Amino acid sequence: MEGQSVEELLAKAEQDEAEKLQRITVHKELELEFDLGNLLASDRNPPTGLRCAGPTPEAELRALARDNTQLLINQLWQLPTERVEETIVARLPEPTTRLPREKPLPRPRPLTRWQQFARLKGIRPKKKTNLVWDEVSSQWRRRWGYQRARDDTKEWLIEVPGNADPLEDQFAKRIQAKKERVAKNELNRLRNLARAHKMQLPSAAGLHPTGHQSKEELGRAMQVAKVSTASVGRFQERLPKEKAPRGSGKKRKFQPLFGDFAAEKKNQLELLRVMNSKKPQLDVTRATNKQMREEDQEEAAKRRKMSQKGKRKGGRQGPGGKRKGGPPSQGGKRKGSLGGKMNSGPRGLGDKRKGGQRPGGKRRK
Amino acid sequence: MDTLDRVVKPKTKRAKRFLEKREPKLNENIKNAMLIKGGNANATVTQVLKDVNVFVLKAINFVLQYALKKPYGVLYKKKNITRPFEDQTSLEFFSKKSDCSLFMFGSHNKKRPNNLVIGRMYDHHVLDMIELGIENFISLKDIKNSKCPEGTKPMLIFAGDDFDVTEDYRRLKSLLIDFFRGPTVSNIRLAGLEYVLHFTALNGKIYFRSYKLLLKKSGCRTPRIELEEMGPSLDLVLRRTHLASDDLYKLSMKMPKALKPKKKKNISHDTFGTTYGRIHMQKQDLSKLQTRKMKGLKKRPAERITEDQEKKSKRVKKN
Repeated sequence: MEGQSVEELLAKAEQDEAEKLQRITVHKELELEFDLGNLLASDRNPPTGLRCAGPTPEAELRALARDNTQLLINQLWQLPTERVEETIVARLPEPTTRLPREKPLPRPRPLTRWQQFARLKGIRPKKKTNLVWDEVSSQWRRRWGYQRARDDTKEWLIEVPGNADPLEDQFAKRIQAKKERVAKNELNRLRNLARAHKMQLPSAAGLHPTGHQSKEELGRAMQVAKVSTASVGRFQERLPKEKAPRGSGKKRKFQPLFGDFAAEKKNQLELLRVMNSKKPQLDVTRATNKQMREEDQEEAAKRRKMSQKGKRKGGRQGPGGKRKGGPPSQGGKRKGSLGGKMNSGPRGLGDKRKGGQRPGGKRRK
Repeated sequence: MDTLDRVVKPKTKRAKRFLEKREPKLNENIKNAMLIKGGNANATVTQVLKDVNVFVLKAINFVLQYALKKPYGVLYKKKNITRPFEDQTSLEFFSKKSDCSLFMFGSHNKKRPNNLVIGRMYDHHVLDMIELGIENFISLKDIKNSKCPEGTKPMLIFAGDDFDVTEDYRRLKSLLIDFFRGPTVSNIRLAGLEYVLHFTALNGKIYFRSYKLLLKKSGCRTPRIELEEMGPSLDLVLRRTHLASDDLYKLSMKMPKALKPKKKKNISHDTFGTTYGRIHMQKQDLSKLQTRKMKGLKKRPAERITEDQEKKSKRVKKN
């Protein structure tokens, strides 16, 4: 009897719960997709009820809206809440819908010349106080800027130094020096800016508009310019003492299709013999050239390392061009281009495999 | 920073702040919208634009002590004689000047009556534009109900499977979310959820309704919802579209690495829903482990003394 009544009680409690929840449950065939960060719900169910509603489906729309909103509210009420100043506040998760940005991503700016130097040397900015005690005006003044502590252009009395011209205007001299400093600063800023913007444009095959170019680069640039005419440089005159460009012949020479049959037969039999032979054939000249080139590169790398060690202070790794294990693919693949000295770092070490930006295998003295 | 990248640096702090607000950032500002009237804009279309401006595009700064209204939409009062689908240069110029990346352009002619073009920009160039025709419009003023305060974040609901079937509809859904979602907040007052915008795609039409939320008591903690129609209601028809190419769209969706969600380490879940965590312990000296003290096994003082003496003798022997 008691067992029955307990079961009855339990059943009744369940029924009550179900009734309570009935008011807020909504039956849907497909679950809605929620993005609570945006307070968004997407209902994928096809609106069959509405289709038969006719021209003014207001009531059905409202019923559908009520159902969907109820489900969204159910989800929102399950979020973790906290009490902030007498109101209950729910913490929303991050929005999951991905929407396009309105502006492109900010690009990382290249370092300025000073920043590169500071990184190389390991110089860190020292923490300085904002205000400095100024004896002259006996108050705390800024370190730099408007009404700064030690402003030498604002002095009312300047002693003429012993070696200076007595008729020279010392005040004007100081103002002039300041103007020059400001102009130099502005110039450096614009130069840094130009470098930064230049980096962002794809570089035009290493042809820089301003200095900093080596003799080979200039020669190459001149050659490229010569050949870029309509007749591919055939009618371009050379200066009286200008030498013919080096390495400007045919890159590959092919045998004619038919002609010397005996030579062809000989070549093909030789090829078969080499392929069949068990021992590998050694081409002495090529081997010696390769060996000499490797030795040269090692020496160059050592010399560079010694000079670098002399410059560096505390063993901090400098970034940029002096990386040791430079991009190996760059060194290997640049056979055909007109030498590859395009501001790349030590390609020497990376070149060990294939060698040669230099066209031709023979070593020239 | 863009301010430092300029050839002419800003001379005042205010100018610098202005530029910094407009430059591209990792976490972007909330998108502003501009509402423009076309050459012939009739009463319906102007009323739509005004309603959207007044009601949807105001936002209250969610600080509980005071309310600061910031408009996220600008309504241009003069008529601009441009055609968005032919020439986008003037829209792009306006976008650059007012730093708005969303726009709504309303016009009316015989061929396209009650026309509304909704669009968004990426880097001040038009990304997507969708032209919608307004069939039925009931304005805010026509519905005589009490309105909820301006500037609450609306809830958005999209109903109908059409919104996932066609690319046009998918972009339209994304565009509408972008337009109407308002500022992104981390906390929300549960009592402050006031209104809901409901979009239904049915038979080629899109029904846009806005309802005010009434929370009624239900047996449990979650309230029962009743809706009351308030606010503008529109029946829209999809006309022309000008969608961005796939690669441009992909470019605009690119998220910086810093904002990608970070994986939490040492937490795993199994299929039954249990969450497991890993704790990495250092090596423990088991002899010094703090275990339960059993009073019966405690050493008596006499025993301890004898132990010490034994230890001392051992040490002496070793030495």
